[in-house]
Amino acid sequence: MTNPNNDSFTLAGKEYHSRLLVGTGKYKNMAETDAAITASGAEIVTFAVRRTNIGQDKDQPNLLDIISPDKYTLLPNTAGCFDAKTAVRTCRLARELLDGHNLVKLEVLGDEKTLFPDVAATLEATKELIKDGFDIMVYTNDDPIMAKRLEELGCICVMPLAAPIGSGLGIRNRLNIRTIVENASVPILVDAGVGTASDAAIAMELGCDGVLMNTAIAAAKNPVLMASAMRKGIEAGREAFLAGRMPAKRFASASSPMDGLFF
Amino acid sequence: MQIYLNGEQRQIPDNSSMAALVELLGLSGKRIAVEINEELVPRSTYSDYNLKPQDKVEVVHAIGGG
Repeated sequence: MTNPNNDSFTLAGKEYHSRLLVGTGKYKNMAETDAAITASGAEIVTFAVRRTNIGQDKDQPNLLDIISPDKYTLLPNTAGCFDAKTAVRTCRLARELLDGHNLVKLEVLGDEKTLFPDVAATLEATKELIKDGFDIMVYTNDDPIMAKRLEELGCICVMPLAAPIGSGLGIRNRLNIRTIVENASVPILVDAGVGTASDAAIAMELGCDGVLMNTAIAAAKNPVLMASAMRKGIEAGREAFLAGRMPAKRFASASSPMDGLFF
Repeated sequence: MQIYLNGEQRQIPDNSSMAALVELLGLSGKRIAVEINEELVPRSTYSDYNLKPQDKVEVVHAIGGG
């Protein structure tokens, strides 16, 4: 039995104690981003790669000053990529940005309305990036077969969605997430779609190794407080998973003994 | 000569190196990455990379995202 005080999981040879991974989008400003990440206790933080605004805001703080590579494991994403080629180009630029750091979050999206993954393009990009030496954490559907295929191709972590990105709908298909976890020999993280702390706890109770989220924290009325709530939800769910829940029963079972009643 | 910088036309001195362009843009020492004509150009090779007319240069950085 895992000791909950020394509970960790490993990605690309590095051990992590926080099972909450957070994004850096949609915050009011850098100060709020910083405060929310700190409250979340996250050790792995995602960001996006975009064109530099030439000639504007030269003194604007750089995101990488806030989320320093010395303090966090940085996880560049390929958000906004709708084909394999742009996703691969984005990963190469991200590796250059981070001085050769090979860890990437691959997402190749299918359409703007659902932001569901294009799994065919995701497979194509995965093959190309594996050849190029990347450690890939891959966003995919809650499809156990596809999750296994991506693992077999060499992804170091598979990240099924709970629900559409930014929807806050929670885990739409618990049985599929459980099946993906049971089949896997790499870490499984739920990525996208959680809305509140109980959603995060459910993901962990299903046996996921962690949860990656952004909007659920950034779009809360009080993002810093929600970051703290998510941290506790993740921890509670993980401990409940390790503890092993009681079997659910249809009818009652008295908690107080029936013997020794005085009437 | 004319190049395309982050999707927009831009005039720069003939025979500029990528290092000279980074300097011109005031981006020296900033954490950026560069792609020219859809191929990554490593930082260590900026001085040796001579830009040609109509080159498509992309300069990117990290921003908030999830």
